[in-house]
Amino acid sequence: MLIEQLINGLTLGSIYAIVALGFTLVFGVLGIINMAHGEIFMFGAFIGVILTTSLQAPLWVAFMSAIVITAMMGFLLEKFALRPLRNKQGVSHLAPLISTIGVSILLENLSHHLFGAGNHPFRASFAQISFEIGSVTIYLVQLVIFVISVILMMALSFWLGKTKAGKALRATAENLETASLLGVDTKRIITMTVIIASAMGGIAGILVGMAFNSVTPQMGLSMGLKGLAIIILGGMGNVKGAMAGGLILGLAETFIVVYGDSGYRDAIAFLAIIIILLIRPQGLFGQKISA
Amino acid sequence: MKVSLKKVAQFSVLSSLLVLAACGGGGEQATGEKEGQAAGGGVITADIGVISYISGPGAAYGEAITSGLKLAQKEINAKGDVEINLLIEDSAGKQDQALTAAQKLMNSENVTAIIGPTLSTEMNVVGPEADLNGVPIMGTSTTAEGIPQLGEYVFRNSIPEALAIPASMTKAIEKYGAKKVAILYGNDDVFTKSGFDTMKKAAEDMDLEILTIETFQKGQSDYNAQLTKIKGMNPDLILASALYNEGAVIMDQARKMGIDVPFVGGNGFNSPEVIKIAGDAANGLIVATPWYGEKDDSKVKEFVSKFEEEYGKKPDQFAAQAYDALYIYAEALKNAGEADRDAFRDALAQVKDFNGILGNFSFDDEGDVVMDPTVLIIEDGQFKEFN
Repeated sequence: MLIEQLINGLTLGSIYAIVALGFTLVFGVLGIINMAHGEIFMFGAFIGVILTTSLQAPLWVAFMSAIVITAMMGFLLEKFALRPLRNKQGVSHLAPLISTIGVSILLENLSHHLFGAGNHPFRASFAQISFEIGSVTIYLVQLVIFVISVILMMALSFWLGKTKAGKALRATAENLETASLLGVDTKRIITMTVIIASAMGGIAGILVGMAFNSVTPQMGLSMGLKGLAIIILGGMGNVKGAMAGGLILGLAETFIVVYGDSGYRDAIAFLAIIIILLIRPQGLFGQKISA
Repeated sequence: MKVSLKKVAQFSVLSSLLVLAACGGGGEQATGEKEGQAAGGGVITADIGVISYISGPGAAYGEAITSGLKLAQKEINAKGDVEINLLIEDSAGKQDQALTAAQKLMNSENVTAIIGPTLSTEMNVVGPEADLNGVPIMGTSTTAEGIPQLGEYVFRNSIPEALAIPASMTKAIEKYGAKKVAILYGNDDVFTKSGFDTMKKAAEDMDLEILTIETFQKGQSDYNAQLTKIKGMNPDLILASALYNEGAVIMDQARKMGIDVPFVGGNGFNSPEVIKIAGDAANGLIVATPWYGEKDDSKVKEFVSKFEEEYGKKPDQFAAQAYDALYIYAEALKNAGEADRDAFRDALAQVKDFNGILGNFSFDDEGDVVMDPTVLIIEDGQFKEFN
């Protein structure tokens, strides 16, 4: 039982981590919290459901489509909700936050309208494949989710640390104006960041659909809040922190059910944040900012 | 201090005037009805008010209810014992609108009795008002706790959860010889919470061992942690108070995990949507239902075919409950012998062993339902009668 619960926790934690990676990327570069990220994640899940269930498309087509469509949504989000507010006189620093909240409300209601309020099952034969080790049943999906999350984290770390585009991105994150003066096309970098973050949300969405067989228009909100909690826990804008934070939260939520009361499952996330912030205000992996 | 005392005095004078006015209104109606009855000659004529959820997000309920009522009205009037006129008002699912509609029916239209409103929340407002005016009122879809207790004139023919859940549990326990149960419920919804209270009480009354009580929240998509825990305890039966959206996903994840014991669910779980969402994983779900359209009963078959002919679709629970409700009213009216509100109320309270399409129906002392609900189980992707 304990091993099965451990696998449950790791699966959940990996999904949290992928969602949090999208959050942390946007925060790292733009310094804003993208509240629409949860809804983009939800759209990714719906695209997966529609393609595999209604259109009978193979899974890889669903994956590619979810990535492409959520990436496009990221592009539109940047173009219409974020860019008009950037570098303008008199615009409050909270304005982008509010505009992403607006986008999230729009997307949730849009999906109500398009897909209906009910729960949509995800019928992919891939999700049924399982194998047993001893008395423990492991689903291939659970492994895939864990592997994908690790790959994404490593790829992101490599890309940020070792490639030219990654350096440009970090320069932009450091100081937008200076980077711009030094010849970095900051506009392109920012757009690219939001697109990549959104596509990762789409990947997480389709994975959740496969793992839990449940897709609803409301799933974005709770996942978005958890993602937010994780990046605070792990350190704002930190890739490793997002990964570690996600796994910690997933395991904590699972084990509170095992040893405690399932009613407190959601409370643990926010309790953990309070404790971490008291001990390490910058988050687990965050660096102290000296202003 | 003086000023506020003065205000209180003013207010109490005003409100007592209002109460007096309301009483005066009630007196006039009583005479109004006697005349209506005399005009009918041998046949007893009565106006029945209907308050239903006809517009807005829950309009489908109102449509089903009024369809069922109109079909029953046609049949009853054709028989010729009583002549019923239906005066239908829309409540839009809102308490204030339901109350306005009720006041209009009671005071301006002088109806003998009322059927509706659709929601329990509406009944909580309309019921006491009808009781105050001495107008019999019956809910056909109000399943919340405490509805018939609102007053002497308030009745219902919809099975409350407190009756449905123990009925399905009893049958499941008999069949499977269950001794150990696990309970799983949504703790952030009034409906699933009250279903859980009923389950827990019933389980304690039946001397079942409750292995664990697990909770979940609305919109959650991962139930693996709770289910793995339940699996490790090897229950004979799982009691799940969930709405069908969450419930279907829970069953799907449970079956995948290898939990193959039956589930007993509440009213919220009783929906064909469960089969649509969970597919084969829905097999083994046991629920009690007041209405089962596939029942091998001539009355049920006749109703279903007539309804389909009239409206082009199969009747649901709400249409069936409304249909039976009007028949119960017709019976009470016949026994009362006149369209007087008080006589009608007493005759209604006497209704016993009424054989309708829902089953053998009686009222208890409080005006609540006494009936054996049909227990269903999902087998091979279909709801079937569970014996």
